[in-house]
Amino acid sequence: MSSESSRQNTTEYVTAMIGGQLFGLPILRVQDVFTPERLTRVPLAPPEIAGVLNLRGRIVTLFDMRRRLGLGQREDGTSPMAIGVERSGESYGLLIDGIGEVLKLDNAKCEANPINLDPGLAHVSAGVHRLDGQLLIVLDVDRVLDVGTTAMAA
Amino acid sequence: MDDLLREFVTETNESLDVVDVELVRFEQDPNNAKILDNVFRLVHTIKGTCGFLNLPRLEALAHAAETLMGKFRDGLPATSDAVTLILATIDRIKTILDSLEREQREPEGADDDLISDLKRMVERVVSDAAPATVPHTVGTLTPQVLERRLRADEDSLDDLERAFRETSVEPRAAKPSKPASPEVNGKDDEGVKIANQSIRVTVDTLEQLMTMVSELVLTRNQLLEIGRRHEDSEFKTPLQRLSTVTAELQEGVMKTRMQPIGNAWQKLPRIVRDLCNELGKQIDLELHGADTELDRQVLDLIKDPLTHMVRNSADHGLETPAERRAAGKPEQGCIRLSAYHEGGYIIVQIADDGRGLNTERIKAKAIAQGLASETEIEKLSEAQIHKFIFAAGFSTAATITSVSGRGVGMDVVRNNIDQIGGTIDVKSVAGVGLSFTIKIPLTLAIVAALIVEAGGDRFAIPQLSVVELVRARSDGEHRVERIKDTNVLRLRDKLLPLAHLSQILGLNPTTETIENSFIVVTQVGSQIFGIVVDGVLQTEEIVVKPLSSKLRHIAMFAGNTILGDGAVIMIVDPNGIAQALGSTMTSQMTAASAAETRHGASDDRATSLLVFRAGSSEPKAVPLALITRLEEIDARKIELSNGRHMVQYRDQLMPLISLNEGSRVKAEGAQPLLVFSDGSRSMALVVDEIIDIVEDHLDIQVTSDKPGALGSAIIKGQATEIIDVGHFLPLAFADWFRRKEQLERAAPHAVLLVDDSPFFRNMLTPVLQAAGYDVSAVASAAEALALLRDGARFDVVVTDIDMPDMNGFEFAESMHSDPRTSELPVIALSSVISPEAVERGREVGFHDYVAKFDRQGLIAALKEQTGIGHAA
Repeated sequence: MSSESSRQNTTEYVTAMIGGQLFGLPILRVQDVFTPERLTRVPLAPPEIAGVLNLRGRIVTLFDMRRRLGLGQREDGTSPMAIGVERSGESYGLLIDGIGEVLKLDNAKCEANPINLDPGLAHVSAGVHRLDGQLLIVLDVDRVLDVGTTAMAA
Repeated sequence: MDDLLREFVTETNESLDVVDVELVRFEQDPNNAKILDNVFRLVHTIKGTCGFLNLPRLEALAHAAETLMGKFRDGLPATSDAVTLILATIDRIKTILDSLEREQREPEGADDDLISDLKRMVERVVSDAAPATVPHTVGTLTPQVLERRLRADEDSLDDLERAFRETSVEPRAAKPSKPASPEVNGKDDEGVKIANQSIRVTVDTLEQLMTMVSELVLTRNQLLEIGRRHEDSEFKTPLQRLSTVTAELQEGVMKTRMQPIGNAWQKLPRIVRDLCNELGKQIDLELHGADTELDRQVLDLIKDPLTHMVRNSADHGLETPAERRAAGKPEQGCIRLSAYHEGGYIIVQIADDGRGLNTERIKAKAIAQGLASETEIEKLSEAQIHKFIFAAGFSTAATITSVSGRGVGMDVVRNNIDQIGGTIDVKSVAGVGLSFTIKIPLTLAIVAALIVEAGGDRFAIPQLSVVELVRARSDGEHRVERIKDTNVLRLRDKLLPLAHLSQILGLNPTTETIENSFIVVTQVGSQIFGIVVDGVLQTEEIVVKPLSSKLRHIAMFAGNTILGDGAVIMIVDPNGIAQALGSTMTSQMTAASAAETRHGASDDRATSLLVFRAGSSEPKAVPLALITRLEEIDARKIELSNGRHMVQYRDQLMPLISLNEGSRVKAEGAQPLLVFSDGSRSMALVVDEIIDIVEDHLDIQVTSDKPGALGSAIIKGQATEIIDVGHFLPLAFADWFRRKEQLERAAPHAVLLVDDSPFFRNMLTPVLQAAGYDVSAVASAAEALALLRDGARFDVVVTDIDMPDMNGFEFAESMHSDPRTSELPVIALSSVISPEAVERGREVGFHDYVAKFDRQGLIAALKEQTGIGHAA
């Protein structure tokens, strides 16, 4: 499928709402979408790490995307979702406010980051798509997971 | 073909490892035809298989090497050059195998260089030997393998078969060479049988099996958790059964993961041999306990550190033959590796009889790298200085050699060992040798753990490091005492520092007070401390899962696990807690940064001192070990009787003694007391304020004429008066000393006390007098020997070990060499009791070994020795 979509010059994105902003993750990077349950907080962990949880026998490290992207605290009472991604054999979950539909977007229409984009966001963004009425920021998953570099970017 | 090739690569790699080892053995023992046969057979098999699989490069190399080895077998001498050449050939074969594994085919290239070298060597070997012994020329051996085998010419194939039959064949799953030599197949019955008993399984399969078992353990735990909630359910019996079977399955699978540590040592003989040649040294490598088994994962992680340390020993540790001769040692140095089991751990030791660590150079380097200041270093013991070699980026080699100066130091070794929850220790004696002791857990995968609660969350503490579980009570034996901001637990007359788990982890503690909380007494190396938790839930076999790379930097955690109820919890790393505790303890106890490197408390001369104020503003101190407990009582409970202050303490009257006129018993509020007990009697010193517990070098610089004070010492940068406890004891009970004397002094035993420190002489003399001994105290071994030579009679000698000029060991040796004093029992006093010191003590004839502050132990030892003295 990967070769097919690249031949067609389109990429499919799983879209997610985080702090009122629409983000897209390349569908090939997304393992699953789940509702986090029984989250265990990790003392002394970096603030953007919400905790760890057991997802079907695997231990998943959960990133609080609002904190990661500097988009403020989540209001109480909302039940967040998580997007499961993998890197170097490790499982991660990205805590988001809500999951959206899957969009197939033309690669050619992906634009560079606007100059006035928040530097924290710009660091993890692989470009933006102009949709009807809103912007979709394409997330660079590897950069999102690079917690060590956050301090420099922010 | 793929499977066949893969199998071939695996098998050949194994064979080559054996060839490596065997060749080195052969070089040392050239007359051992069996070793040569074995090597020959292995190389021949490789050659045959290569021909079969159409791998011309490998075949040509193996063939050339085989030809040369054939010459050895014909009785020509195996020179070091020739063996080196064969080893080089084997290395080339390995390189080709590596790329074969990756690319499924032989890499391009030619090996004419090596092959012509080998051929030249064959000619040289032949011409060097007696010209008569040339039964067949080189020419007849050059034809292609396949042809030669088909023709089955000459006796060489017969020899081969003999070798095949005589040598016990190792189990081999596949024998691709068989079709080419069917007659071998038939005669190989024994080998086939063994082959049927074992099969080759890929590591991946085992790993997967292990994962599945881990999952099963988790599921079992979940079921057990549910079972706990439903008391009398019909599931109970099958659940129990499932639990047992799971445990057995787990054990069985664990066993398949076990491998002998010898696998990690396999390459060492070759490495040492090459090093010998390169460095011009003679090294004997001894391997003990190679069959000690440990988890494959652990094995992988220690392989490199071990190799590195052996390299280090060979390169830096052992001297050149000339140097060794000059030092009066045998020319051949020795590196000894040994491995054995000890209580859930594997102990691996690497020892050499080389020059040992260069303490001066380590000192200089440590100062240069800013690890410690000059004044700090001067206060450290040799052993502590040696520990600097584990600091990051530390290398003492003045010049970088090709052998061990590769920028990988002992810090890397230590990191690797830390990673698997192991510890490493170094012992070095200048000129005698160096030894490393590594302690590693048997397995990493499944461990028993204590599940505890702190700050509302659950955590697992590995049970291996848990010594005991204590409930803190306000009135019981296990009391938590508060010294300034530090909590300590008095457990059987030992003071243990306490760490609040929730505080260390930055959580909000659910309970403010330490009273009634649980204390997990934990041991890490020689450090014992208590971890305060809010609750202890249960013990559980947990499957250790590595931390996410995003969390691995948190030193407090060793991993995480999934509990029976499906929740993930963090596994506490006792090493991390110990380190955190070390730094907070020192920072609370003193502002002096100098203490940081010394918090390990293993300083030979460091003494725990209780610093307090009484009567005046200047601090006073007393060795903590002399104090039985610290009390704080309500001043209203102090009674006046017969003109003396008393307090009812544990159903007895305990007299209170003021240190001096300035220090008065308080009229109200809390009165701090230092309680001293001896047998059933207790007395208390009244103090104004307990300031701190410090660990410092006790050196009384100004002695005092004032009764009750031994003198003044600098403690944490402040002049501090050291209290003479012996002076105050008789003030409480006039008969404190006499009472016992009357009881025991049928015939007073004469004790000779030798100690260079006036403090200890002054402290121990009253203690020993109290126990009914007639004490003569002298300040040096020389004085003691003079007294003995002058004919003074003593029943027993008590001596300090660390003394200037002549230490305790030498003193005992010279006493024992004198017939007049050779029978005299000697008790050694030392602040550090290590097994080595005890052993050394036994050699020089110490009858007993007692820790410096262990009064009870000393008196017991004295009783025993004087009792024996009388009987004899």
